[in-house]
Amino acid sequence: MRDLLSINDLTKDDALEILDTAVHLSDLSDSSSRKFPTLRGRTVVNLFFEDSTRTRISFEAAAKRLSADVINFSAKGSSVSKGESLKDTALTLQAMGADAVIIRHGSSGAPAQLARKRWIDGAVINAGDGTHEHPTQALLDAFTIRRHLRKDLGDLAGLKIAVVGDVLHSRVARSNVLLLQKLGAAVVLVAPPTLLPVGVEHWGAQVSFAIDEVIAECDAVMMLRVQKERMEDLFFPSEREYARNFGLNAARIAAMKESAIVMHPGPMNRGLEITAEGADSKRSVIVEQVANGVSVRMAVLYLLIGGATSRDLAVQIGEQS
Amino acid sequence: MSVVLNAAEIARALRRIAHEILEKNHGSSEVILLGIPTRGVVIAQRLAQEILGIENAEVALGTLDITMYRDDLRMRAPRPLTPTQLPKTGIDAKHVVLVDDVFFSGRTVRAALDALNELGRPKTVQLAVLIDRGHRELPIRADFVGKNIPTAKTESVKVNLSEIDGSDEVKIEGRSM
Repeated sequence: MRDLLSINDLTKDDALEILDTAVHLSDLSDSSSRKFPTLRGRTVVNLFFEDSTRTRISFEAAAKRLSADVINFSAKGSSVSKGESLKDTALTLQAMGADAVIIRHGSSGAPAQLARKRWIDGAVINAGDGTHEHPTQALLDAFTIRRHLRKDLGDLAGLKIAVVGDVLHSRVARSNVLLLQKLGAAVVLVAPPTLLPVGVEHWGAQVSFAIDEVIAECDAVMMLRVQKERMEDLFFPSEREYARNFGLNAARIAAMKESAIVMHPGPMNRGLEITAEGADSKRSVIVEQVANGVSVRMAVLYLLIGGATSRDLAVQIGEQS
Repeated sequence: MSVVLNAAEIARALRRIAHEILEKNHGSSEVILLGIPTRGVVIAQRLAQEILGIENAEVALGTLDITMYRDDLRMRAPRPLTPTQLPKTGIDAKHVVLVDDVFFSGRTVRAALDALNELGRPKTVQLAVLIDRGHRELPIRADFVGKNIPTAKTESVKVNLSEIDGSDEVKIEGRSM
């Protein structure tokens, strides 16, 4: 594994290896050791062309706990706002010797472009591209589900997980559907028809237009943020109507299975897709998802650049010849 | 391939090491046995069993994964991690006995010392190994040794333990007979 661009690039065993590694790292971080020398001397660049709080901070915390040097690059206030292309930005990072580049970009496929053109030698990690994918979010969601509902740390076979809301604009939903199904879970997408992408019938997931029809049989309910910034058209008549038909409120929480959990990738629109009762209920694992994100991202960084990388091998070959 | 220790010899060596650990530390009350995965963990469990048999005392037992502290991580693909489990009491002010199967370059033990440094401040750190095969690359020695086996660097020592490998046996591979 050289890059992490899409869940599609992972086999089931790859995904389980990342999750198992994250379990060990999480246990270690819970005990007294908080910092490991593993990535000392490695440089990790956070290349963020879109706003983000938790993903960027989470990657930064993960890299720092592994003793990597972290360079944060945000498009605002950089030469990108002067019109620099992705290629020239990448070449600059290459010249600085980045071992891993964590990229978030508004355009779907930007991380794949960066990786395929090999403007940089370092590993490319997709931290969210347009409406395409957000693989580390899906991995941390799977980690959280596994920790609560699969104490034996097997796969997720036999579980049913609802993904509710703005599936159309959600890279989180796409990555999650791919990963959860790969791990054996059944996924049901719940959304108004206007917020489902074209071709959703090929995703292999059940589709429902009514949350109340499915909520009682799900082991986890994953609420998606209504992405107001991506909504140029009117996708539903009013926020109140959306909240009433699709929002997670106290009554729906009460209808859930005894063991079921409530998830949200954040940031939440309280009162829209989830009420305060939903967000703060005993079933909610939303804050835990953030903590798990650091462990999962540590695992991804360890597996991508903790061992010999293509850069190291290039140096070794150079020495031999 | 030649067998250098059979099951009975392994058992005798471990029983002697258990006695030595008790003697050196005046009993087992302040001792923590920390096995280094994979086979060090099994050997630590057996030493704990022996100590239970000798003193009728439960010695504290744990595992220490040293992968994240290795100095050769960049020389090959990333290694899978294994769990680290410490006794609830922690390791501060205790006599920590690191347990491994084969003592070779000393680099594993160096990594273990770094890992311990992050976890607390033991009173002493001691090292128990089933086989010492020589060829140290660092100034590190063992406190308790099952058997010293002179080897060539090109040979490899294979420790089989019934819990993992189905039988108890120590073999040297690659030796020209």
